[in-house]
Amino acid sequence: MTSSDARVLVVWLPDWPVIAARRSLELTSDQPLALIHKGVVFACSSDARTSGVQRGLAVREAQLRCPQLLVVAYDPQVDARAFEPVVASLEDLVPGVRILRPGLCAIRARGPARFYGGEERAASTILEALARADIPARLGIADSVFGAERAALKTNDVTPLSIVDVGTTRQFLSAQPISTLDDTALVPVLRRLGLHRLGDFAALDRTAVGARFGEAGLRAHARASATDRLSGAEHTPEVDFGVDVIFEPALDRVDQIAFGVRTASESMVDRLAENGLVCTALRITVTSESGERRERSWSHPHHFSAADVVDRVRWQLQGSGGGNAGLTSPIERVEMSPARVDASANHESGLWGTSLDERVHHALARLHSILGHGAVATPSLGGGRFLNERQVLVAWGDETPTSKRALPWPGSIPPPAPATVFAHPRPADVRGPSGEPVEVDARGMTTATPAWLALDRSPALKVSSWAGPWPVTQRWWDADAHRSAQRFQMIDSEGMAWLMILEDHEWAAEARYD
Amino acid sequence: MSSVAAFESPASVRQALQARISSMQSTRLDEDAFPVLPMMRAVLGRGLRRGTVYSITGSTSLALALVAAASQSGEWCGVLDVPDLGLEAAAGWGIDLDRLVWVADPGDRWMSTVGSMADVLGLLIVRAPARVTSAEASRLLARLRQTRSTMLVLGEWPQSESQIRVVSSSWTGLGAGHGHLADRHLELEVRQGQNAGAPRRSRLRVPAAISP
Repeated sequence: MTSSDARVLVVWLPDWPVIAARRSLELTSDQPLALIHKGVVFACSSDARTSGVQRGLAVREAQLRCPQLLVVAYDPQVDARAFEPVVASLEDLVPGVRILRPGLCAIRARGPARFYGGEERAASTILEALARADIPARLGIADSVFGAERAALKTNDVTPLSIVDVGTTRQFLSAQPISTLDDTALVPVLRRLGLHRLGDFAALDRTAVGARFGEAGLRAHARASATDRLSGAEHTPEVDFGVDVIFEPALDRVDQIAFGVRTASESMVDRLAENGLVCTALRITVTSESGERRERSWSHPHHFSAADVVDRVRWQLQGSGGGNAGLTSPIERVEMSPARVDASANHESGLWGTSLDERVHHALARLHSILGHGAVATPSLGGGRFLNERQVLVAWGDETPTSKRALPWPGSIPPPAPATVFAHPRPADVRGPSGEPVEVDARGMTTATPAWLALDRSPALKVSSWAGPWPVTQRWWDADAHRSAQRFQMIDSEGMAWLMILEDHEWAAEARYD
Repeated sequence: MSSVAAFESPASVRQALQARISSMQSTRLDEDAFPVLPMMRAVLGRGLRRGTVYSITGSTSLALALVAAASQSGEWCGVLDVPDLGLEAAAGWGIDLDRLVWVADPGDRWMSTVGSMADVLGLLIVRAPARVTSAEASRLLARLRQTRSTMLVLGEWPQSESQIRVVSSSWTGLGAGHGHLADRHLELEVRQGQNAGAPRRSRLRVPAAISP
């Protein structure tokens, strides 16, 4: 391999996390911004830096140095997501982009240099294109990836391009401090060994470094001696499996629309299958003639077939109305895109099939179409102090929300659990022996012995035994969500046991032990 | 080829015919019932019959207790129009909530919903709509017989073959201002089958912490 084969071009976007955060949060660039990760500053904008904010500073210290600083939590997902369009615009100019990390990517320089007539020209083309997209970029070209990265980091706003000539990269790197290797385990050891420059480290015998420092040492040695090469997978453009269906003229009947999207959904599922994928979550966007957009994501217990996709479109159009509830305005566009895909190998049915569960699933999907989405649910146990909060119903096929059941819930009642829990507590009236109202005073004592119990304005029954009050308080710090109640267990003269609740001087039956 | 071979051997012919006869006859009792929890054998010794309707009056817990063992053995269960059913009690009896299908509000399509649920779910706990004609009830019963599913109705049902009624219920553990509900004693009246004669009385103790 001649040395011109190995030439690497590195594109560096300075302060990328800050730019990405500003883009995703739609912030203007005139306010200093700092991204916080684990309580310290992870990245900051240039105007924050001039006020003295730097990486690794505690949040309070940073706010003290720059009082108008806007503090945002760092989200690596945002970084990576915002980088994708940048890479796409780079790929328009040069092929084979490899992402080193969000904000930094490498390209083999030989091809672009030949195509655009020289490395300098290729670099300026890339810089111009990125500048047009309003992305400040810096470029470095050298014989190795690490060399090109260092070269890019040495540039400034005035000269955003730095080219290390062929064969001089090792020399260029040798004067740089050892800390540029960015390996927290290795760098202190090398320092203690008296190696303060990359050149000192590179001068060591490669075999000896391998014997002493292993894989990580060899990698660092290759970087220091400018022999590291581009590796790893090239960035492949995301394939968009989504399909759009446009109705001209707009349609206002659910079954017509469902028929209209059938071919498109079949082609979507087929294309996924050709790529060895199945769709497990789907996003459907419906645009009506009046410009109203309704978007919803659907998940599937197994994976979507074409008929399932059509079903989801139908359910989304029907809303929770069920049956053939009319549409408010004609639909002119339906977009369907897979929100989550999985390798189809993970979804093959076994040799003997999964017949019963499959059958149940089909029948319930049909029931869903009749009754409307959300009518068929799977129950699960949730957390909460009040019994009806502990019952969680999730529409069939949707994902179960993470349960807060494992948390301690003070004020829970001892077993047995009541077999009937009223979704809406039933109003009741509890009276003392001579008909006086029963309340609970500030000391948590009842003002009278509960003796009569009447539910829903029916005739009062005698209370044969009771216990309480058991206080339940929730969110005392929140004026809106605050609830404070007293619980009682009571048995009426017919032998029925009730869980009664006294809240705001109002009695209600929360549950029945029947 | 196999049919020729079958003709040649009378023994295999007899065997094949026997198999056809037994498949057309109603199956034996133990195959024809859902299992119940050991403590419920005092109430229904032979388990819950398949393809029939039980009407249960006076207790929701009883319905949950009857369904529990079948649910544990992998049967899918459904709850129709019982929005107030206590899930914690259901889970406490050992019902597998992952295989429980919940339809809270079927609207005016109660009959068609219960039909399509019975097609795939083995056991249903339902609250009957205000008015059921006997024609509808017998159509539903025919469908249940065909799919071999069992329906437990909370309340009265026009043509239930079996009825379980709570005669009396008493609790231990709760005093006058102290204690909490613990064990429950139920006295039940059970009538199983259409021509079962006089109802049978049985007693049941439901412990506070159920260990299925």
